Amino acid sequence: MSDASFIGQVNEAGNAGLDAAYDKTGEARPADYFALLKPRVMSLVVFTGLVGMVLAPGTLHPVLAITALLCIAIGAGASGAINMWYDADIDAVMTRTQGRPIPQGRISRDEALGFGCVLSVGSVLVMGLAVNWVAAAILALTIGFYVFIYTMWLKRRTPQNIVIGGAAGAFPPMIGWAAVTGDLSLLPMLLFAIIFMWTPPHFWALALYRSDDYARAGVPMLPVVAGDRETRRQILLYSLLLVPITLSPWILGLAGPLYGSATAVLGAIFLGLAVRIWRGTGDRAAKHMFAYSILYLFLLFALLLAERGLGWGA
Amino acid sequence: MNAMPMNDEHKRRRARNIALAVVLFALVVLFYSITIVRMGGGAH
Repeated sequence: MSDASFIGQVNEAGNAGLDAAYDKTGEARPADYFALLKPRVMSLVVFTGLVGMVLAPGTLHPVLAITALLCIAIGAGASGAINMWYDADIDAVMTRTQGRPIPQGRISRDEALGFGCVLSVGSVLVMGLAVNWVAAAILALTIGFYVFIYTMWLKRRTPQNIVIGGAAGAFPPMIGWAAVTGDLSLLPMLLFAIIFMWTPPHFWALALYRSDDYARAGVPMLPVVAGDRETRRQILLYSLLLVPITLSPWILGLAGPLYGSATAVLGAIFLGLAVRIWRGTGDRAAKHMFAYSILYLFLLFALLLAERGLGWGA
Repeated sequence: MNAMPMNDEHKRRRARNIALAVVLFALVVLFYSITIVRMGGGAH
């Protein structure tokens, strides 16, 4: 069976389920609208945006800083809602996403699209009018990248989907920085590069033990298209590229010794897990890598935050 | 006279209406605060 006809059948099955589920619309609770915003993804986005804001030279009035963070959170959430509108057919057939409000029939696709569009436009406008238009433009770029480049163009077409699409998740520190300064410099770009290079090993670790789910949905994740062996090799390669990039803020004198030393240790653990995945065959190492990768990114940014708070930063 | 008991649909609609009222009120407070800060020249 060709990929196209396979994906076509998947989409028909997903759409049939969705048509039946629409009978239940009108049953949405506020929590369902909140779930459309992908709150777990939003929390990491807000945190990295906050770090960009704190590291930036200069000050921003607390009301405007809260407004900027709110706009980053709502903008990221809005792109998540539009993603759920577009991907409702595959969400309905994937175990991981079947419980979302649209496949469950509590919110219709049209309602999710309207919700996402209104929040997208609103968050960009408020960011522009209240904070500045550079931050608003990067926020608009982030939303557009996630919706048009990742969701609509790449996700169902290429195993490089999360490599290129990962840029959308890497923009928030730049938005936070630009909210304070109105421009960009080297450090926010390095923070972008860290998240960008972190995304492939993070998502491919998940895809290794969820490959059946992705295959059933017709999403060409790397393990589905190129197999486990190649995915394990690519995780190691991207990890080898990631660790030096995480050290670059310290090497270039943009972060202090606390960040440098702790990042070296955390990076060594990350590489150790990548080597375990490369050498192994089971899911255990991949599950460890997926869980650790979230902690790893959080700790890297928390270290930068702590250094700035303690006045130890470069 | 006793009020008619609410069924599930009424409860959900009530929850949505309350959430919407809270969001609208929060936006009023936010826009008011932003206006005061910007007009006061205290953006930075």
